[in-house]
Amino acid sequence: MLQGQTAVVTGASRGIGRAIALELAKNGANIIVNYSGSEAKAEEVVGEIQDLGVKAVKIQANVADEESVKQLMKQAIKEFGSIDILVNNAGITKDNLLMRMKEDEFDQVIQTNLKGTFLCTKAVSRQMMKQKAGRIINVASIVGVSGNPGQANYVAAKAGVIGLTKTTAKELASRNILVNAVAPGFISTDMTDQLSEEQQESLLQLVPLERLGKPEDVARVVRFLASEDANYITGQTIHIDGGMVM
Amino acid sequence: MADVFEQVKSIIADRLDVDEEKVVLEASFKDDLEADSLDVVELVMELEDEFDIEIADEDAEKINTVGDAVDYINSKS
Repeated sequence: MLQGQTAVVTGASRGIGRAIALELAKNGANIIVNYSGSEAKAEEVVGEIQDLGVKAVKIQANVADEESVKQLMKQAIKEFGSIDILVNNAGITKDNLLMRMKEDEFDQVIQTNLKGTFLCTKAVSRQMMKQKAGRIINVASIVGVSGNPGQANYVAAKAGVIGLTKTTAKELASRNILVNAVAPGFISTDMTDQLSEEQQESLLQLVPLERLGKPEDVARVVRFLASEDANYITGQTIHIDGGMVM
Repeated sequence: MADVFEQVKSIIADRLDVDEEKVVLEASFKDDLEADSLDVVELVMELEDEFDIEIADEDAEKINTVGDAVDYINSKS
């Protein structure tokens, strides 16, 4: 399905990013496993991908730093010769009530989650324009649509990603670059495991399907958006949330 | 100078799909050659590759006419 294509997945060492990297690899894409801090985990993902019979390389880069991002994309092109798919997945949380949230907590989340998406998109757009083809898939969040107490920074960043997705889609459509977002709901990852049992319980009451999503549920939609099957879809945000927000 | 202009002219004519005789030094990409802003970005990218130079975003924004491009390339090489 994606044979011979190159996918750059940011924040691919864990959670949803890892599942996306593996899913794209299963469908034949070679993968650049970007990570920020978890080198050992990234190495594990590389090993798992190589076991699937495709190529994988891990590259450390901080997506919030322009120079670091430029190097990431340059190295990716050097390794595999093209970038056909970019998945902007790298994200962090620094939850706090608005009244308690420090400026620094706000800035850091915006820097990684929103500016990181902008920088990576900008850095690959040149290559994709030359190729006259490309897919960019941004991992937003359902809270970017609905809002969520305690996550002013994260929600602002993710809502920003959805807006960025629409603008990028419009700007690059004439060059056959398709840009979409996915908005995962309550997905079982390290990030959600930090929530207390009570918090998890009360959140589940908001989910019509009455269960947590799996990283693979998100990964399969990303694979669809990266594939030929999705070649008339751009600028959309697909909710993967068990019906939480309609 | 003439060489650079000839080379730039053929790249522009090719990229923007216009007749070479329309590509004069005074021609504005957007007003005279019917390029949209993405076309100009692409053109700058192609000129970078062709002449093996790097055109910073700030400089690229100032390239509005064929002459601007030729002058910029001459100043770099």
